[in-house]
Amino acid sequence: MKHIINVLVENEFGVLSRIASLFSGRGFNIESLTVAETVDSSVSSMTIVTQGDDHIIEQITKQLNKLINVIKVVELTESVQMVREMALLKFAVNSGAKRLELLRLVEVYQGRVLELGPRSLIVELTGERTKIEVALEVLAPFGIKEMSRTGMVALARDSGK
Amino acid sequence: MKKINGAQILLEILQEQGVEVIFGYPGGAVINLYDHLPEYSCRHFLVRHEQAAVHAADGYARATGKIGVALVTSGPGATNTVTGLATAYMDSIPIVVFTGQVPTPLIGNDAFQEADIVGITRPCTKHNFLVKRVEDLERIVNEAFHIAGSGRPGPVLVDLPKDVIAGKAFKKEAVKPSLKGYNPTYNGHTGQIKRAMQMLFKARRPLFYVGGGVVLANAASELTELACRLNIPVTTTMMGLGAFPEDDYLSLGMLGMHGTYRANMAVTESDVMVALGARFDDRVTGRIDKFAPDAKIIHVDIDPTSISKNVDVDIPIVGDVSDVLQKMLEVIKVSNEKAELCAAGHDEWLTRIAHWRDLHKLSYVQDDIIKPQFVVEKISELAQGHDPIISTEVGQNQMWAAQFFTFTKPRSWLTSGGLGTMGYGLPAAMGAQVAFPERLVIDIAGDGSIQMNSQELATVVQYNLPVKVIILNNGYLGMVRQWQELFFDKHYSSTRMNHVPDFVKLAEAYGALGLRATRPEEVEPILKQAFSHPGPVVVDVVVAAEENVYPMVPAGEAISNMLLV
Repeated sequence: MKHIINVLVENEFGVLSRIASLFSGRGFNIESLTVAETVDSSVSSMTIVTQGDDHIIEQITKQLNKLINVIKVVELTESVQMVREMALLKFAVNSGAKRLELLRLVEVYQGRVLELGPRSLIVELTGERTKIEVALEVLAPFGIKEMSRTGMVALARDSGK
Repeated sequence: MKKINGAQILLEILQEQGVEVIFGYPGGAVINLYDHLPEYSCRHFLVRHEQAAVHAADGYARATGKIGVALVTSGPGATNTVTGLATAYMDSIPIVVFTGQVPTPLIGNDAFQEADIVGITRPCTKHNFLVKRVEDLERIVNEAFHIAGSGRPGPVLVDLPKDVIAGKAFKKEAVKPSLKGYNPTYNGHTGQIKRAMQMLFKARRPLFYVGGGVVLANAASELTELACRLNIPVTTTMMGLGAFPEDDYLSLGMLGMHGTYRANMAVTESDVMVALGARFDDRVTGRIDKFAPDAKIIHVDIDPTSISKNVDVDIPIVGDVSDVLQKMLEVIKVSNEKAELCAAGHDEWLTRIAHWRDLHKLSYVQDDIIKPQFVVEKISELAQGHDPIISTEVGQNQMWAAQFFTFTKPRSWLTSGGLGTMGYGLPAAMGAQVAFPERLVIDIAGDGSIQMNSQELATVVQYNLPVKVIILNNGYLGMVRQWQELFFDKHYSSTRMNHVPDFVKLAEAYGALGLRATRPEEVEPILKQAFSHPGPVVVDVVVAAEENVYPMVPAGEAISNMLLV
């Protein structure tokens, strides 16, 4: 099962490497990892998406807590946090009809066109992971030339469960 | 107040931290530190290899309970500490290792004797630091000692670039470190402890399973009081040896792969198991689903990651084992009647254990060739009264020492349990002997292991550390040979030591006393001679070549499934 773990860490060099080596050294899986400063610039926030049964997730959170530079670990399901992921997609478009069809679909997924060239198109998609996955499936027949994805970022909702 | 350089700041902090002894090896990157070293009260011991400096600091820490300190140079000096750090990390030993580093402007440039030691040692230290500015040095060094010695102890490495050591700053007043992300839980939860005691009071076949955590927490006396008060038998892991007196009738000896028959059987039939500062290591549990299959498990550990890692636990208690045991003793005070009833209710259980004890004792047959077990028994007998500290190498020598030496005191047993580091014993013995010049410190070694750090004979001779090295010389890498005999059709691939040095001459070459025993009747007089000699001694004991360690639980089997003699 997929789990999202939010980790607040001290914003110091080498911390990312400590977290990454914890996962690799203990055979835990990282599906995606994002990291950036928080409001307090001495603290960074990491969002780690990982897989595993309850036993593994318990070990992951405990092991993360054990790291000296880790301030707080919150393991939450998607329902109690806001999660977003962004994807940038580049398409090759040769015909006008194809372009129109593509633009229409991008609109359906509330995507934005970032660059519209004579032969190509760059699109930004933002949303929950499932939305991105579905959009990719639908857009795939148009021929995605390149893609760059951010991985998930998350923030706990105040309204809780 | 005037500015002083980084070397002086560091040495002043070591003094404030109460560091009396440093094991080290100089080099270009730390030459400024060595320049100032004689101005301070710390005694420095010059080892012959950096690995030995770390093992010596580790042995010192295990024997004293204080934090051990090692100091080495950059590059190869630093990389040579890795095995020592990993050894200390696996056994939760508090040490601080200082490594030199190339000057900060050169870091990352592949400079001479540069190694990214912070990167290299991240997975084998509790924490590590690179000091980038001399202004941060004081805070970081104090944090390093705080982290090493608190919570679940462990090794901490501090990397010191040459310009940081040479740079100048003000030395401030010592402040207690506070770390946002580090706050170990010492106090066991009272409610959980009460629940645990109610479970224990009702148990018919209870057992204490005791690990190195009890030794590290200095909780041996509380454990002994609790076990004796409730009349509950105690088995220890190899790391836990000495936490409970083995001459007590409640002692089951060691459990696990080479544990006693009665300990492994008692675990298998127990109904409540109290795990204290132990981590359900695979060498202890064997096949995990057959380990204490009928027991409710109460697990006390200061490290939450140890709990429910390998087995599911019924009552977890996070805390310092000494605090938890004291609270358990308080519960007994208020529930005196229940405690009396509990203590009186284990006769049947203890009788069953006595039956197992008599059925299969640890044993061997001493014929006309010296048996290694006989040597360890003799050491155990002759060392009593000399307040002995035993260190070991790794392999058969270690298991025979664990089985046949009678341990009665904590912190008198130094062995690499988790990592299994050959070459650990001699430098560790050296560290312990520095701390306790009057005690009898013995390294029980094998002919393979001793060669991994035998260069330290020079160190023990230089400082006249009267360590006794007893080599159980069977001409084999014995434990691997034993596995080859039992599980690989006696295919002794690369385990025969076709050539070993003449250990008597080797000892003499270093300036130590060398002795040899080849016949059973020589063992006692030669050991006596070694123990009464005022300086370091190497005893080469030629033992039976193909003797095996029994009982043995084959890897992956249930621990009740023992190969017996």
